[in-house]
Amino acid sequence: MENIIEIKNLCFSYPADEGETPVQVLKNVNLEIKKGEFMAILGHNGSGKSTLAKHINGILLPTSGTVTVDGISTADEEKIFDLRCRAGMVFQNPDNQIVSSVVEEDVAFALENLGVPYEEMRKRVDDALKDVNMYEYRNHSPAQLSGGQKQRIAIAGIIAMKPECIILDEPTAMLDPQGRKEVMAVIKRMNREHGITIVLITHYMDEAAQCGRVVVMDKGNVIFDDAPKAVFSHVEDVKAIGLDVPQAAELAWELRKAGYDIPQDILTEDECAEAIKHLFERE
Amino acid sequence: MAILETQELTYVYSEGSPFQKTAVDNVSLKINEGEMIGVMGHTGSGKSTLIQHFNGLLKPTSGKILLDGEDIWADKKKIRDVRFKVGLVFQYPEYQIFEETVYKDIAFGPKNMGLDDKEIKRRILETANDLGLKEELLQRSPFDLSGGQKRRVAIAGVMAMNPKVLILDEPTAGLDPAGRDKILGHIKKYHERTKNTILIVSHSMEDIAGFADRILVMNKAKLFCFDETEKVFARAEEISKIGLDVPQVTKIFLKLKEQGLDFGKDVYTMEYAKNLLLKKLSERGGV
Repeated sequence: MENIIEIKNLCFSYPADEGETPVQVLKNVNLEIKKGEFMAILGHNGSGKSTLAKHINGILLPTSGTVTVDGISTADEEKIFDLRCRAGMVFQNPDNQIVSSVVEEDVAFALENLGVPYEEMRKRVDDALKDVNMYEYRNHSPAQLSGGQKQRIAIAGIIAMKPECIILDEPTAMLDPQGRKEVMAVIKRMNREHGITIVLITHYMDEAAQCGRVVVMDKGNVIFDDAPKAVFSHVEDVKAIGLDVPQAAELAWELRKAGYDIPQDILTEDECAEAIKHLFERE
Repeated sequence: MAILETQELTYVYSEGSPFQKTAVDNVSLKINEGEMIGVMGHTGSGKSTLIQHFNGLLKPTSGKILLDGEDIWADKKKIRDVRFKVGLVFQYPEYQIFEETVYKDIAFGPKNMGLDDKEIKRRILETANDLGLKEELLQRSPFDLSGGQKRRVAIAGVMAMNPKVLILDEPTAGLDPAGRDKILGHIKKYHERTKNTILIVSHSMEDIAGFADRILVMNKAKLFCFDETEKVFARAEEISKIGLDVPQVTKIFLKLKEQGLDFGKDVYTMEYAKNLLLKKLSERGGV
C-alpha cells in the first residue's frame, strides 16, 4: 500500500517569548501512514501528540523537516486548501466546531465554501448524515443535540468533503460512555467502508486497542510504533510515561510476572478470560 | 446523621409546555456527614439536575431538600448561606477563572463570605497545599498555568470556602491517566484533612471504585440505586445495560462466571483481581 501521510525529520518549537529559549515540542519525528490505515496516537498531556496532529493538515508548519499528505507538502501555501480537502480534522470540543443553527447547513458549510454545485452538495450532505446515523436530525438545531451527536455532525461535515484521511484530536474526551461508543462506531465504519485513513488521538486505551496500529509519543518523540497487542505488552514502559494499559493486558502481565504461563499479547476481556480459564483447567 | 437529605424530590423542566420533561422523579435519599459519594448516570439521566438542587441552584417542583435537617427553601433569604455550605464545582471549572493572580482567584469565594484577610490567607495556603499548588504559583496569573494547574486553582476556589458538602462534576474530564490520578489524590487529601462530605460525578467506574464509600446511580430521572460500592458493582451487568461503563476487570470476571469459573465475589479493582487470582492459583499448587 502506498503512503498517504509522510512525516520526515519533523521538529517543531512554539515561538518563545523574548529572553526565553524555545521549547522543542516535536523532536525529529518520522512516521509513514499508509492509505486506509487506522492508527491511534497516545501520549500524556504535553507529549506533543496534538501538535503532531496539527501538522498533518497544515494548521502548524514544521520548524524543520517536512510533512506531506498525498504528495502535497503542508508548507506549500498555494495548495493548502487542496491539502485540507484531503485531510480533515475533528477537534475535542463539539461546541467549538459547530457553526450553523441547522444540522444540515452545518454539514454543508465546507462544501459551500468550496463552491460545490447544489445537486451534488445536497447528495453529499445527505450521504454524510446517513453515514453518521444523523439523517433524521438534519433539520434539528445542533444546540439540542447531545455531545456524541454533535461530534458525529462534525465528522459528517468532514466526510462530505470526501477526504482521504481524517485526524481526530481526542474526539471522545468530553463525551459520556454512550457518546463515545457512537463516535467510535462511526469512525470505524468510515475506515472499513470508505477506506478513509484514520489518525485517532486519544487518552482511552480501549479505543487505541481497537486500532490497527498504535503510536506512543513521549517528550516529543515516538517511543512505540506497533500493533496494539505489541505496544500494550510493554506494561511497565507504558505506565512509566503516565499512560494506562487496558486492564486485561495488565492483569495478564501481573500473572506472568508471578511466573504463570500466560500469553504476552492479551488485549481484550475475551482473551484474558480465556487465558485465565486455561490456567485453572490445567492439571 | 444525614447532612443532606432529599424527600420525594421531583423536578420538571418547562412545565406546561410541549417540551415538558421530568428530569428528577421522586428521589429520596440521605447522605451522611463525612461520606465520599460517587455519582453516576449517563447523559440525560438527571444526575446534573439532581446535584444542582443540592445547593439551591434549582428549586424542586415538588419535594424537599434538607441540609443539616433544615429545609433549604424554608426561608428564601437564607439560600445564600446554603451556597456557602454546599460548594459546587462545575465541569471544566478552569473556564470560570477570571482574576489577575491565582491568589485573588482562590480568594474570591472566601471574600464573599465576609472572612477577614488573615483567615482568607490561611485558607488559601491550606487548600493550595491540598491541591499541590506551590506557593510561588499564587502570585502568577492563572492564565499562564497549564490546563491541569488551572483546574486545580478553580477547585481550590471552592474548597477554600470550606463547604460542609463539596460536589464536583466530572473533575477529571479530559485529563490523561496520570492527571486523573493526581486530581483524585488531591481531593482525597482534602477529604482527609477536613472530613467534609464529598460527592464526585464521574463516568468512570474505575475512578469511582478507588474512592467512594457509596455510589449513587441515576437512570431515566429515577434513583437506580444508592448503596455501598461493592454492592453496586455486584450489579455490574444491570449497570452496563443502562449505558454505564463497567471496569474491564469486572467484565473479565463476568465472562469467567459465564463459563463456569465462579470466584464467588464480584471484582472491580485491579488490585483485588490480581490478589484473588494469585491466591486461588497458589491453592491449586502455584506455578
